[in-house]
Amino acid sequence: MADKVMSIDEVIGELRSGMTIGIGGWGSRRKPMALVRAILRSGLSDLTIVSYGGPDVGLLASGGQARRVVTGFVSLDSIALEPHYRQARQQGTIELTELDEGMLHWGLLAAAHRLPFLPIRAGLGSDVPRVNPQLRTVRSPYADGEEFIAMPALTLDVALVHLNRADRQGNGQYLGPDPYFDDLFCLAAARSFVSCEQLVPTADLLAGGPPQSLLVNRMMVDGVVPTPHGAHFTSCVPDYDRDETFQRAYAQSAASPQDWQRFRETYLSGDEAHYQEAVS
Amino acid sequence: MSESAPTRAEICVLACAEAWRGDGEILASPMGIIPRLGAQLARLTFAPDLVLSDGEAYLLAGETVEGWLPYRDVFRLVARGRRHVMMGASQLDRHGNQNISCVGDWARPTRQLLGVRGAPGNTVNHTTSYWIPRHSTRVLVERVDMVSGIGYDRAAALGPPGNRFHEIRRVVTNLAVLDFPAPEHTMRVRSVHPGVSLDEVVAATGFPLNVPDEVPRTALPSAEELKLIRDRLDPGALRDREVP
Repeated sequence: MADKVMSIDEVIGELRSGMTIGIGGWGSRRKPMALVRAILRSGLSDLTIVSYGGPDVGLLASGGQARRVVTGFVSLDSIALEPHYRQARQQGTIELTELDEGMLHWGLLAAAHRLPFLPIRAGLGSDVPRVNPQLRTVRSPYADGEEFIAMPALTLDVALVHLNRADRQGNGQYLGPDPYFDDLFCLAAARSFVSCEQLVPTADLLAGGPPQSLLVNRMMVDGVVPTPHGAHFTSCVPDYDRDETFQRAYAQSAASPQDWQRFRETYLSGDEAHYQEAVS
Repeated sequence: MSESAPTRAEICVLACAEAWRGDGEILASPMGIIPRLGAQLARLTFAPDLVLSDGEAYLLAGETVEGWLPYRDVFRLVARGRRHVMMGASQLDRHGNQNISCVGDWARPTRQLLGVRGAPGNTVNHTTSYWIPRHSTRVLVERVDMVSGIGYDRAAALGPPGNRFHEIRRVVTNLAVLDFPAPEHTMRVRSVHPGVSLDEVVAATGFPLNVPDEVPRTALPSAEELKLIRDRLDPGALRDREVP
């Protein structure tokens, strides 16, 4: 079996400007932040980011790597609005494909099943079709004749997700209460990379949690990166909660270009080891 | 403390609770402190079958975990319709169109807000109510900038069968309770909270309200309900932060 362990830089080396990248987690929860920070340091540009948006979107929007975001919301959870994303939207520096969050789910599900679209009720009557003129509807071919949004597949070039545990072959495990949509992001992508809190021997996976916690398997995963504390400052329970103090500092750094510059220099100017040292 | 008269916040808690009356065994999804207290009060009193979550992945019977509902299953539940959400609204119009996405031109908004979240799906799939902690002409507007949750005019334009699950049950604000009675389904003053005049409600609303000849007072919580709110559900009085 292939050993899929990679370094952060090796994962970034697999990415190209212009790609559509799905990022797992939800809001400010279990985001692959070590990989997001590495994208921020890279020369990548023109990325389309598909995400249940949190600071991943805020960082890549303000850093200029993301050209477009496909999402239903961008939030830091305990801070309702993501200030860096807000700024990018209000300055017109990020393009948006705004979807109902169920439509986003459905788009990933369609891609995962290699279907061109899936019918969904969500979005009908709202302004989501107005701001997405490419969206089409589809009529049931059966007697009911009901009309639905034909949610197109959200096919990803790459998925990046962060899990609590993984083995060297790409079997990954979540230990918190919610899997979010990380398995679906991996299935919707041509290539998937899992960062994890801890690499463990395959035989130890089931000691950590029930079989249902084995969210992704090696058929779905192309690379594994151990990034301890790599979801920081988002939550990665039960390994750690969200760092609310740091998140507040991150949010406040949007107050002025000087504040943002200072934040970037302090925390984001070096590699992941530098970041972890700066926040410890 | 339990002896003093009900506060505005406590009146709002009961008014929110009333939105879920008769809903049976469905998920109550309150957004906000006072809606959450309302849903809990309903479950403890007249709606014991209501299902509540911790806001993350657990279903809670009081303090006890009784089930698991990760986000993927919330979406399934939405599509299945066994849910009544009480959402907030940055803007809400007379037909019940709600905006939580952005203010101004969508292409480059003056104020980016949350995004439409699940509001489009919620409103076409199951019952929705709204909670407005600051009733004002900034929130209750003639026209919303980005329709997230759909109102009755949009639902009517959609027509049957697509609109058959649409219902906006109630709008609870810090001043009044409102609803959308048939046949015209435009916002009506259902009751005005004690200590508030009808004129205040009208002045704080950015469109003409449907005002019946007799406007009742919003019901006061009973002694038993007040005790539950004050001693059991919210001893830290978080409700007062939302409605001072």
